[in-house]
Amino acid sequence: MSSKLQVFAIAFVLAALGFFVTWYKIVYLDIPITPNERQSLFTISAEITLTGDNAPAHISMALPSPQTGMKIISQESESGEFGYTITKTAEGDRAEWAKRTVEGDANIFYKITVVPEPFYKVLTDESIIVPEEPNQIVEPTEEGVLSLWEESDRSAALTLIDTVRKRSADPISFTAELIWQFNAKQPVESVSALLNMKGQNKLSLITTLLDQENIQHRKVRGIYLEDGQKGRRLTTMIEVKDGNDWEFFDLEQGHIVKPANFFVWQRGNETLFKTKGLAKSKLRFAVTETQVPVSSLAQANKLASNSEFLNFSLYTLPSSQQNAFKQILLVPMGVLIVVILRILIGIRTMGTFMPVLFALAFIQTTLVSGLIMFFVIVFSGLFIRFYLSRLRLLLVARISAVIIVVIAIMSIMSIVSYKLGITQVLTITFFPMIILSWTIERMSILWEEEGGREVMIQGGGSLIVAVLAYFAMDNELVMYLSFTFPELLLVILAMIILIGRYTGYRITELLRFAPLGR
Amino acid sequence: MSWIASIQKLKEKGVIGMNYRNIELIGRYNSRDKYPLVDNKLITKKIAQEAGIAVTELYAKIEWQSELNRLHDILAPYENFAIKPVHGSGGKGIIVITHREGDVFIKANGESMTLLQIRDHISNILSGLYSLGGRYDVAIIEKLVVFDPVFQNFSYEGVPDIRIIVYKGYPLMAMMRCPTHQSNGKANLHQGAVGVGIDIGTGRALNAVMHNHPIQTHPNTKHDFAELQIPQWEKILHIAATCYDMTGLGYLGTDIVFDENFGPLLLELNARPGLAIQIANDKGERHRVERVDKEKEGKSVEERVRFSMDVLSKI
Repeated sequence: MSSKLQVFAIAFVLAALGFFVTWYKIVYLDIPITPNERQSLFTISAEITLTGDNAPAHISMALPSPQTGMKIISQESESGEFGYTITKTAEGDRAEWAKRTVEGDANIFYKITVVPEPFYKVLTDESIIVPEEPNQIVEPTEEGVLSLWEESDRSAALTLIDTVRKRSADPISFTAELIWQFNAKQPVESVSALLNMKGQNKLSLITTLLDQENIQHRKVRGIYLEDGQKGRRLTTMIEVKDGNDWEFFDLEQGHIVKPANFFVWQRGNETLFKTKGLAKSKLRFAVTETQVPVSSLAQANKLASNSEFLNFSLYTLPSSQQNAFKQILLVPMGVLIVVILRILIGIRTMGTFMPVLFALAFIQTTLVSGLIMFFVIVFSGLFIRFYLSRLRLLLVARISAVIIVVIAIMSIMSIVSYKLGITQVLTITFFPMIILSWTIERMSILWEEEGGREVMIQGGGSLIVAVLAYFAMDNELVMYLSFTFPELLLVILAMIILIGRYTGYRITELLRFAPLGR
Repeated sequence: MSWIASIQKLKEKGVIGMNYRNIELIGRYNSRDKYPLVDNKLITKKIAQEAGIAVTELYAKIEWQSELNRLHDILAPYENFAIKPVHGSGGKGIIVITHREGDVFIKANGESMTLLQIRDHISNILSGLYSLGGRYDVAIIEKLVVFDPVFQNFSYEGVPDIRIIVYKGYPLMAMMRCPTHQSNGKANLHQGAVGVGIDIGTGRALNAVMHNHPIQTHPNTKHDFAELQIPQWEKILHIAATCYDMTGLGYLGTDIVFDENFGPLLLELNARPGLAIQIANDKGERHRVERVDKEKEGKSVEERVRFSMDVLSKI
């Protein structure tokens, strides 16, 4: 096979491979093609308002556990001077705040950021949280848990249970019927009687009656993820065990499927919130929604999902390495620009890849301030280089001297501009100073050897390439694609290989050979 | 003349571009292991002498910075000379001293240089400032070429040289590079030297360009290039063709100067010859390249030179 054919074959295989993997990731792994897709992110904040009692205070609040369909991105406590710890209990984690003396009013915030993610699965099953079963502690008499109630209430309860039991077949239908009875427009006499009991409400009555019937159940407290909620209490629901599954019951609607936007804060019958040593305390919840680009969330959701394939994704690296790779993966794009401009267009530059290094620096400094800094450093560097040439130093020593001078110029620029309040210039540290010094050296040699015209042509060419490479690299889409689909590197590689075998004219040669075009 | 050439037109003329040259000529016929033969002027000198080609006489070579302390003694015997980096290319780093005036050295363009300045220049050469890839280099001091008076009318403040492209041993195309005031006495087309296309069959001028524009007369001497006829043309082609056998490089630029006393001398070889020669000749190299490709390999130098003069010159 001729080398030309081989080049085409290799380029084709590389490009096909790159596109295939990208296509696979887009279609089957559902990774968005553009970074502009947005996703909702909910911040639930638990706000504890408390008034101290000049005594040691202790506050304990249940914390959410990982749950299917909801990805928890971050959790944090803002508790000021309160000591903050997390305690693990059988029913999940609890946040504990404590302080020796609390005077006056204080606030504690607990913020949790959540993304609804339909396909997100938690490996640890939430059904492991099994409440202590009161019906096994209390002697199963006919009165059961109702033994402490007054006679009239107990008979009303038993009547209701009797009615409900007749109209149901199993724990699920019993619970559904019971809730229906409580929600009926004209409740039966026994329900009205129970609702009039002191210190009882619908929730406590239903759970007591379920206990009485030996039905395993637990409370579920949570909040609907809707924007703009403020000063809310958690909504309480009930889960009833049927075989191995827990079925969901809403106190208003009866038997339901768990709503997709219902975030479970706590499961089980433990108290949500308890305090000690405080005069007053209150726990309320707020929900705010923000829209964020998918890419910034990607690490936290899709890409770190359970796909084996993506275990090799760059998103699995630690975030500092990720940032390094985000830069590194832009280099091929810049290199491609250099290849195109040099081989197809024919622009002359000083040093083959020097423009890419400057483009990378411009990304950090922003273009305009980067260019200004470049000119200031190069011109002052050239000035000093002309003086150094009079001192008659050896080449290596001279370039080293230029490097130090460049560093000095950079330091002075930083200090002066910082004093003037132009913090933009502080990003100057991203300039590759060794390359800059070599550029200054080459420019001054070129100046002496071939004149200022050639310096302008090559220096200008380098800057044009650097600016174009900057635009190619400092582009949200390119940054996103290169990092999310690193296999596109293969496509760039294929393009570079193909361009590497281009034997036609460069655009600038059409100008150069114009006298031959007569 | 339009300011841009059409691709169609360039193809018709057989003009080759940098990409074609790099891939199809240099990449294909110049193997890297032979580059030192042409990139190192000392080696070039040595193998040329072995092949019976005349070269400029070597006065001295300076390898170490410490030798610069003896520079005065090294230069003492010579009234005029040229200093060159062994690994230089494109005429970079070359100084030509035509005579002395007391303690100062006078360059070809009339400017003066002190011993200290020459010393600095050589120090830069040794540090690798002019060498390919910036590696440490060696400086050589050579006898100055006294160019033949036949070129007096076509050169200004410098030595004109003859560049012949040799493809697979066949002289392919030739031009003479005539220094001008603008080029600072250097035979470098970029800097404004005149490129004169030379008929490979006869050694007569065909066409002249300066800075890519066709001209008729030398800008400084005002002589018409049409009068230019290079003497001993066949001998020059012979030298160029021999360089192929000597180096094994299939696409080679040979630079030859014409000394008043010694006749044609090989100045240097170039494994990456430029393409401006096409503009000077108003002709592309490609048709001739394709014609040479049809020839059988293994012909003698004489046969190749004859073929170039008789056949290639008509293409």
